[in-house]
Amino acid sequence: MSDTDRTGAPAPQHETPDRQQRFELGSGPGRVLVWFYGVFTVAAASRSIVEMILDFGKAPLAYVLSAVAAIVYGFITYSLVRGGEKARKAALMCCAAELAGVLVVGTWTRLEPSAFPDSTVWSEFGMGYLFIPVILPVTGMIWLRRARNA
Amino acid sequence: MLDALTVAVAVTALALAAWCGFAAYRDQPTKDWHFIGMAVVSVLALAQLVVGIVQLARGERPDQGMTIFIAYLIGAAAAVPAAGFLSLTERTRWGSVTVAAGAVVLAVLEVRLYDIWGN
Repeated sequence: MSDTDRTGAPAPQHETPDRQQRFELGSGPGRVLVWFYGVFTVAAASRSIVEMILDFGKAPLAYVLSAVAAIVYGFITYSLVRGGEKARKAALMCCAAELAGVLVVGTWTRLEPSAFPDSTVWSEFGMGYLFIPVILPVTGMIWLRRARNA
Repeated sequence: MLDALTVAVAVTALALAAWCGFAAYRDQPTKDWHFIGMAVVSVLALAQLVVGIVQLARGERPDQGMTIFIAYLIGAAAAVPAAGFLSLTERTRWGSVTVAAGAVVLAVLEVRLYDIWGN
Protein backbone atom coordinates (compact mmCIF):
# COMPACT_ATOMS: atom_id res chain seq x y z
CA MET A 1 0.00 0.00 0.00
CA SER A 2 2.67 2.39 0.94
CA ASP A 3 4.53 1.59 -2.24
CA THR A 4 1.58 2.58 -4.43
CA ASP A 5 1.32 5.82 -2.50
CA ARG A 6 4.95 6.50 -3.15
CA THR A 7 4.69 6.25 -6.91
CA GLY A 8 2.53 9.37 -6.97
CA ALA A 9 5.15 11.59 -5.39
CA PRO A 10 8.83 11.77 -6.32
CA ALA A 11 9.65 10.09 -3.02
CA PRO A 12 13.23 8.82 -3.14
CA GLN A 13 14.83 12.11 -4.06
CA HIS A 14 12.16 14.50 -2.79
CA GLU A 15 13.68 17.19 -4.97
CA THR A 16 11.93 19.52 -7.36
CA PRO A 17 12.51 19.06 -11.13
CA ASP A 18 14.62 22.23 -11.29
CA ARG A 19 17.32 20.49 -9.28
CA GLN A 20 19.74 21.18 -12.12
CA GLN A 21 19.38 24.91 -11.57
CA ARG A 22 19.00 25.14 -7.81
CA PHE A 23 21.04 22.40 -6.21
CA GLU A 24 21.73 22.80 -2.53
CA LEU A 25 24.95 24.30 -1.25
CA GLY A 26 24.05 24.43 2.42
CA SER A 27 23.42 20.76 3.16
CA GLY A 28 25.84 18.00 4.07
CA PRO A 29 29.32 19.42 4.67
CA GLY A 30 27.93 22.75 3.46
CA ARG A 31 25.87 22.93 6.66
CA VAL A 32 29.05 23.24 8.71
CA LEU A 33 30.18 26.07 6.41
CA VAL A 34 26.81 27.81 6.86
CA TRP A 35 27.37 27.65 10.62
CA PHE A 36 30.90 29.07 10.52
CA TYR A 37 30.05 31.79 8.00
CA GLY A 38 26.98 32.68 10.08
CA VAL A 39 29.07 32.93 13.24
CA PHE A 40 31.67 35.10 11.51
CA THR A 41 29.00 37.35 10.02
CA VAL A 42 27.61 37.99 13.50
CA ALA A 43 31.07 38.33 15.05
CA ALA A 44 32.48 40.73 12.46
CA ALA A 45 29.28 42.77 12.17
CA SER A 46 28.74 43.22 15.90
CA ARG A 47 32.41 43.94 16.45
CA SER A 48 32.61 46.64 13.78
CA ILE A 49 29.27 48.21 14.81
CA VAL A 50 30.28 48.39 18.49
CA GLU A 51 33.72 49.77 17.65
CA MET A 52 32.33 52.36 15.24
CA ILE A 53 29.73 53.58 17.74
CA LEU A 54 32.11 53.71 20.71
CA ASP A 55 35.08 55.44 19.09
CA PHE A 56 35.23 55.61 15.31
CA GLY A 57 38.14 58.03 15.31
CA LYS A 58 40.51 55.65 17.06
CA ALA A 59 41.13 53.39 14.04
CA PRO A 60 38.73 54.17 11.19
CA LEU A 61 40.55 52.02 8.63
CA ALA A 62 40.49 48.93 10.85
CA TYR A 63 36.80 49.35 11.67
CA VAL A 64 35.79 49.86 8.04
CA LEU A 65 37.76 46.75 7.06
CA SER A 66 35.93 44.75 9.75
CA ALA A 67 32.62 46.02 8.37
CA VAL A 68 33.64 44.99 4.83
CA ALA A 69 34.54 41.54 6.18
CA ALA A 70 31.11 41.31 7.80
CA ILE A 71 29.38 42.13 4.49
CA VAL A 72 31.43 39.53 2.60
CA TYR A 73 30.69 36.88 5.25
CA GLY A 74 26.99 37.76 5.21
CA PHE A 75 26.77 37.47 1.44
CA ILE A 76 28.52 34.08 1.39
CA THR A 77 26.18 32.79 4.13
CA TYR A 78 23.18 33.95 2.10
CA SER A 79 24.53 32.34 -1.10
CA LEU A 80 25.16 29.02 0.64
CA VAL A 81 21.61 28.96 1.98
CA ARG A 82 20.10 30.00 -1.37
CA GLY A 83 21.86 27.37 -3.50
CA GLY A 84 21.96 27.07 -7.26
CA GLU A 85 24.57 27.79 -9.90
CA LYS A 86 24.39 31.60 -9.70
CA ALA A 87 24.77 31.57 -5.95
CA ARG A 88 27.62 29.08 -6.25
CA LYS A 89 29.55 31.34 -8.63
CA ALA A 90 28.88 34.42 -6.54
CA ALA A 91 29.97 32.64 -3.35
CA LEU A 92 33.10 31.34 -5.09
CA MET A 93 34.05 34.89 -6.10
CA CYS A 94 33.40 36.17 -2.59
CA CYS A 95 35.51 33.39 -1.08
CA ALA A 96 38.37 34.39 -3.40
CA ALA A 97 37.89 38.05 -2.40
CA GLU A 98 37.80 37.00 1.25
CA LEU A 99 41.04 35.04 0.93
CA ALA A 100 42.68 37.96 -0.88
CA GLY A 101 41.41 40.30 1.84
CA VAL A 102 42.82 38.16 4.65
CA LEU A 103 46.20 37.87 2.90
CA VAL A 104 46.43 41.59 2.02
CA VAL A 105 45.27 42.85 5.42
CA GLY A 106 47.37 40.21 7.18
CA THR A 107 50.52 41.26 5.32
CA TRP A 108 49.64 44.95 5.69
CA THR A 109 49.33 44.67 9.49
CA ARG A 110 52.71 42.95 9.61
CA LEU A 111 54.49 45.50 7.39
CA GLU A 112 52.89 48.66 8.73
CA PRO A 113 51.39 48.16 12.19
CA SER A 114 51.09 51.94 12.64
CA ALA A 115 48.24 52.02 10.10
CA PHE A 116 46.19 49.92 12.52
CA PRO A 117 45.96 51.36 16.06
CA ASP A 118 43.26 48.72 16.68
CA SER A 119 43.10 45.29 15.07
CA THR A 120 40.58 44.02 12.52
CA VAL A 121 39.03 40.58 12.02
CA TRP A 122 41.67 39.94 9.36
CA SER A 123 44.71 41.32 11.23
CA GLU A 124 47.73 39.00 11.48
CA PHE A 125 45.96 36.60 9.09
CA GLY A 126 43.11 36.16 11.57
CA MET A 127 45.28 35.06 14.48
CA GLY A 128 42.84 36.46 17.03
CA TYR A 129 40.20 34.12 15.59
CA LEU A 130 42.32 30.95 15.64
CA PHE A 131 43.29 31.52 11.97
CA ILE A 132 39.77 30.49 10.95
CA PRO A 133 39.53 33.56 8.62
CA VAL A 134 42.31 32.00 6.48
CA ILE A 135 41.06 28.41 6.68
CA LEU A 136 37.41 29.24 5.96
CA PRO A 137 37.70 30.66 2.39
CA VAL A 138 39.97 27.78 1.32
CA THR A 139 37.53 25.20 2.69
CA GLY A 140 34.67 27.16 1.15
CA MET A 141 36.25 27.17 -2.32
CA ILE A 142 37.00 23.43 -2.15
CA TRP A 143 33.37 22.76 -1.19
CA LEU A 144 31.93 25.09 -3.82
CA ARG A 145 34.02 23.54 -6.59
CA ARG A 146 32.94 20.07 -5.55
CA ALA A 147 29.27 20.96 -5.02
CA ARG A 148 28.75 21.54 -8.74
CA ASN A 149 29.31 17.85 -9.48
CA ALA A 150 27.24 16.62 -6.53
CA MET B 1 29.77 33.01 40.95
CA LEU B 2 30.22 34.28 37.40
CA ASP B 3 33.69 32.78 37.07
CA ALA B 4 32.42 29.40 38.31
CA LEU B 5 29.64 29.48 35.71
CA THR B 6 32.12 30.49 33.00
CA VAL B 7 34.29 27.48 33.79
CA ALA B 8 31.23 25.19 34.01
CA VAL B 9 29.88 26.33 30.62
CA ALA B 10 33.31 25.96 28.98
CA VAL B 11 33.84 22.43 30.37
CA THR B 12 30.33 21.18 29.50
CA ALA B 13 30.61 22.76 26.04
CA LEU B 14 33.86 20.90 25.37
CA ALA B 15 32.26 17.67 26.59
CA LEU B 16 29.32 18.27 24.23
CA ALA B 17 31.77 18.94 21.39
CA ALA B 18 33.57 15.66 22.05
CA TRP B 19 30.27 13.76 22.29
CA CYS B 20 28.87 15.14 19.03
CA GLY B 21 32.26 14.79 17.38
CA PHE B 22 32.14 11.10 18.33
CA ALA B 23 28.64 10.80 16.83
CA ALA B 24 29.96 12.35 13.61
CA TYR B 25 32.90 9.95 13.64
CA ARG B 26 30.43 7.04 13.86
CA ASP B 27 28.44 8.55 10.97
CA GLN B 28 25.40 9.33 13.11
CA PRO B 29 23.08 12.37 13.23
CA THR B 30 22.28 14.10 16.53
CA LYS B 31 19.84 12.06 18.63
CA ASP B 32 17.49 12.91 21.50
CA TRP B 33 20.26 12.41 24.05
CA HIS B 34 22.45 14.91 22.24
CA PHE B 35 19.63 17.44 22.36
CA ILE B 36 19.30 16.90 26.11
CA GLY B 37 23.02 17.58 26.35
CA MET B 38 22.60 20.75 24.29
CA ALA B 39 19.75 21.80 26.59
CA VAL B 40 21.96 21.38 29.67
CA VAL B 41 24.74 23.51 28.15
CA SER B 42 22.21 26.12 26.96
CA VAL B 43 20.58 26.36 30.41
CA LEU B 44 24.02 26.94 31.97
CA ALA B 45 24.77 29.63 29.37
CA LEU B 46 21.39 31.27 30.05
CA ALA B 47 22.09 31.19 33.79
CA GLN B 48 25.39 32.89 33.03
CA LEU B 49 23.56 35.59 31.07
CA VAL B 50 21.19 36.22 34.02
CA VAL B 51 23.97 36.21 36.63
CA GLY B 52 26.06 38.52 34.46
CA ILE B 53 23.23 41.04 34.16
CA VAL B 54 22.54 40.83 37.92
CA GLN B 55 26.22 41.55 38.64
CA LEU B 56 26.04 44.56 36.32
CA ALA B 57 22.89 45.76 38.07
CA ARG B 58 24.71 45.48 41.40
CA GLY B 59 27.24 47.98 40.12
CA GLU B 60 30.11 45.63 39.31
CA ARG B 61 31.85 46.45 36.05
CA PRO B 62 33.72 44.21 33.58
CA ASP B 63 37.34 45.11 32.86
CA GLN B 64 36.94 45.53 29.10
CA GLY B 65 33.66 47.40 28.86
CA MET B 66 30.00 46.69 29.39
CA THR B 67 28.85 46.61 25.73
CA ILE B 68 31.34 43.90 24.80
CA PHE B 69 30.52 41.93 27.95
CA ILE B 70 26.77 41.90 27.20
CA ALA B 71 27.36 41.10 23.51
CA TYR B 72 29.47 38.09 24.43
CA LEU B 73 26.94 36.92 27.04
CA ILE B 74 24.16 36.99 24.42
CA GLY B 75 26.37 35.29 21.84
CA ALA B 76 27.26 32.56 24.34
CA ALA B 77 23.60 31.94 25.17
CA ALA B 78 22.62 31.75 21.48
CA ALA B 79 25.51 29.63 20.13
CA VAL B 80 24.44 26.09 21.02
CA PRO B 81 20.67 26.56 20.35
CA ALA B 82 21.49 27.98 16.90
CA ALA B 83 23.75 25.04 16.06
CA GLY B 84 21.08 22.67 17.43
CA PHE B 85 18.45 24.08 15.05
CA LEU B 86 20.84 23.68 12.11
CA SER B 87 21.40 20.03 13.06
CA LEU B 88 17.61 19.46 13.25
CA THR B 89 17.36 20.18 9.52
CA GLU B 90 20.54 18.26 8.66
CA ARG B 91 19.92 14.66 9.71
CA THR B 92 23.35 13.36 8.75
CA ARG B 93 26.77 13.20 10.39
CA TRP B 94 27.30 16.80 9.25
CA GLY B 95 24.57 17.93 11.64
CA SER B 96 26.65 16.41 14.45
CA VAL B 97 29.76 18.18 13.15
CA THR B 98 27.81 21.47 13.21
CA VAL B 99 26.84 21.03 16.88
CA ALA B 100 30.41 20.05 17.78
CA ALA B 101 31.65 23.20 16.02
CA GLY B 102 29.01 25.26 17.82
CA ALA B 103 30.13 23.92 21.19
CA VAL B 104 33.77 24.73 20.39
CA VAL B 105 32.75 28.28 19.43
CA LEU B 106 30.96 28.54 22.81
CA ALA B 107 34.09 27.36 24.67
CA VAL B 108 36.13 30.05 22.88
CA LEU B 109 33.51 32.67 23.79
CA GLU B 110 33.82 31.59 27.45
CA VAL B 111 37.59 32.07 27.40
CA ARG B 112 37.05 35.58 26.01
CA LEU B 113 34.29 36.25 28.57
CA TYR B 114 36.68 35.31 31.37
CA ASP B 115 39.16 37.92 30.10
CA ILE B 116 36.47 40.56 29.52
CA TRP B 117 35.07 40.23 33.03
CA GLY B 118 38.54 40.22 34.57
CA ASN B 119 38.45 41.11 38.30
